Amino acid sequence: MNEQAINKDLKIVSFKGGVHPQKDGKILSKKASIQTAPLLERYQVIVSQNIGAPPKVVVSAGDEVKKGQLLAEAAGFVSVPLHSPTSGKVEGLVDIPGPMGVMTQAISILADGKDEWTELSVSIDWRNSDADTLKKRIMECGIVGMGGAAFPSHVKLSPPPDKKVDYMIINGAECEPYLTADHRVMLEEPEKVLEGAAILGRAAGVKNVVVAVEINKVDAINAMMEKAAQFNVGIVGMKVQYPQGAEKQLIYAVTRRKVPTGALPADVGCIVQNAGTAAAVAEAVNAGIPLIERVTTITGEPVVNPGNWRLRLGTPISEALKLCGGVKCEPGKLILGGPMMGFAQRSTGVSVMKNTSGILLLDKSDVTQYESSPCIRCGRCLEACPMNLQPSALSQLAEAGQYENALKYNVMDCIECGACAFACPAHRPLVQHIRRLKAEIRNRTKKEIKK
Amino acid sequence: MTSTIILSVLALSILGIILGLAIGLISKLFGVATDPKVDLVLELLPGANCGGCGKAGCADFARALVSGEASPGQCPVSSQEVMAQIAQVLGMALEAPDKKIAVVLCGGDIQQTKVKTLYNGVNDCISAMLVAGGPKSCAYGCLGMASCARACPFNAIEIINGLAVVHNELCVGCGVCVKTCPRNLIKLVPAEAKVHIYCSSPEKAALKMKVCNVPCIACRKCVKSGEEGQFTINGFRVEVNYDNYPGEDIVSKAGCPKNCLLTAAQHFEIERNEEAGEVVA
Repeated sequence: MNEQAINKDLKIVSFKGGVHPQKDGKILSKKASIQTAPLLERYQVIVSQNIGAPPKVVVSAGDEVKKGQLLAEAAGFVSVPLHSPTSGKVEGLVDIPGPMGVMTQAISILADGKDEWTELSVSIDWRNSDADTLKKRIMECGIVGMGGAAFPSHVKLSPPPDKKVDYMIINGAECEPYLTADHRVMLEEPEKVLEGAAILGRAAGVKNVVVAVEINKVDAINAMMEKAAQFNVGIVGMKVQYPQGAEKQLIYAVTRRKVPTGALPADVGCIVQNAGTAAAVAEAVNAGIPLIERVTTITGEPVVNPGNWRLRLGTPISEALKLCGGVKCEPGKLILGGPMMGFAQRSTGVSVMKNTSGILLLDKSDVTQYESSPCIRCGRCLEACPMNLQPSALSQLAEAGQYENALKYNVMDCIECGACAFACPAHRPLVQHIRRLKAEIRNRTKKEIKK
Repeated sequence: MTSTIILSVLALSILGIILGLAIGLISKLFGVATDPKVDLVLELLPGANCGGCGKAGCADFARALVSGEASPGQCPVSSQEVMAQIAQVLGMALEAPDKKIAVVLCGGDIQQTKVKTLYNGVNDCISAMLVAGGPKSCAYGCLGMASCARACPFNAIEIINGLAVVHNELCVGCGVCVKTCPRNLIKLVPAEAKVHIYCSSPEKAALKMKVCNVPCIACRKCVKSGEEGQFTINGFRVEVNYDNYPGEDIVSKAGCPKNCLLTAAQHFEIERNEEAGEVVA
């Protein structure tokens, strides 16, 4: 496949700051088409897969379930239900290693091999239905932001009534190095993404729907541009720069609106949804299919055959790695998500969740531990910071434990993208220091509220 | 030649005398009156500026003492004799202070508590807490990243085997370390209380035993062999009641099966020995 040329009509935008790793690792998997993983014997579906209230489990050990059947129901507004990835028997609740390093509850399902669907909800003619029907379906199908945060999509689509939303941005930036899952989805299923985008636009009552993609995915941009008109969706190109796909940076790049401190995208009239989420929304609305599988990039130098796989929720990472032929050499780190903002894991017993955009193994040489040295005041972190903060100053305040002063430097605005630490020639753990400041400030506020 | 030298020496001396007189005069005229007691007291205070008294350093405390807002007993660092001297300067009676020291209530060093993962982030307890709750399996134990040791103005805390241990002879009970521990393991206790239960985990015994060799399993042997009111049972662990603490003999009387009821000296020795490679059963 030759690199395609960028369409001349494409508008290319960006934010200020950021970094771009020379070696972004996308080459490993960007040409691998999406493959569907074979059925496994056992799935361990983690119960708490969304931000907000974890859903309430409604099955018990011994129950027979069908594929797509409800396993746990939403517990509150900021919560979504969870569905079975295949048909089989519920073995019960087990504790498995969670993505955050602590044990977490999962529903263990022994597959019966038949993979029978449960009775699905009927298709909705989205062009002629009202917003509430669409939102309800999106909620019932358990759809969350699949880019990483796993924020329930229907909540984003329901901004407070006093806030007028006029922009729906579909995030196809995929600015994290190594990850190519959204890229492949946009390239192979452009209609699904565009239709999902249009549905999301209708559900939020928004006319301006754009899909924003970094211009290192020219093939995906071209594939979508061919079909964008029929769904009345715009395509915007973005400069290849991390963190282009961060919500606030994306909004600024596309609309030139700045989200104020402490405000939400809806405050500047925007809603951002991930490209993978859009595809899932299209399936949910057109076919009633709940979110039980997702496209995940399994990649990294130690992986024998890096690729993009359609994995069911509850697939253990160890099984997912087997699909790619295992590892060539002993990896230095296992990360769920991308290398910049993903979470390092200590066990391959973690299972795939709704927000697992990537399973990344890093080579030992890439995870070298640097000795950090004092700040040399070069200012590279200030140039890199997409939020216009002063990471160098914040880091020193963290070391000195000056939390009140850090608040004056707007430490809570940090999006923890890690661009500062990436840029720092003294290898200072800048973002780590800021994370510590934020955690400590949050603790203190909590204590004060308790008082 | 000689006249030049004499002349310049004279000129400079006269200049010096005139300026000296001027400075003296001005300092007398515009001087701010301070209580001479403040300087006397400041001289006697340790000058560590630890903040243990609650004031911004020793000078601030000295002012508070002289103005009567504070009492000498509030300085956790000064010895009895020094306090008596300060009281003498101030012309007041010395109240008997109860000296306190810090104790880290955890016995889970790297040999006793299982390490669940390799942590290679920032060497600091709060940072380690942010990454999956730190490298040790026990979610309540000492992280061993020395945040308290670095904060201690008297170098009284040492990390031995990945566990913070207080040097009793150096600790003055200023309490600076207490705030730094994200796991709230450090307590200020009466210096006379020698016996502690080195476990702070509220987990059930079975869970604790999975991750640690020296947890308090609330078997209550110590409670039964001690007098009433010397221990309090708090969920799945026993705590020493520091208002009515037991004597050192309780350790041999109780025979703690998990070796978490220890005197501070025993605890220290065990850690030292383990560090040297002699694992004590």
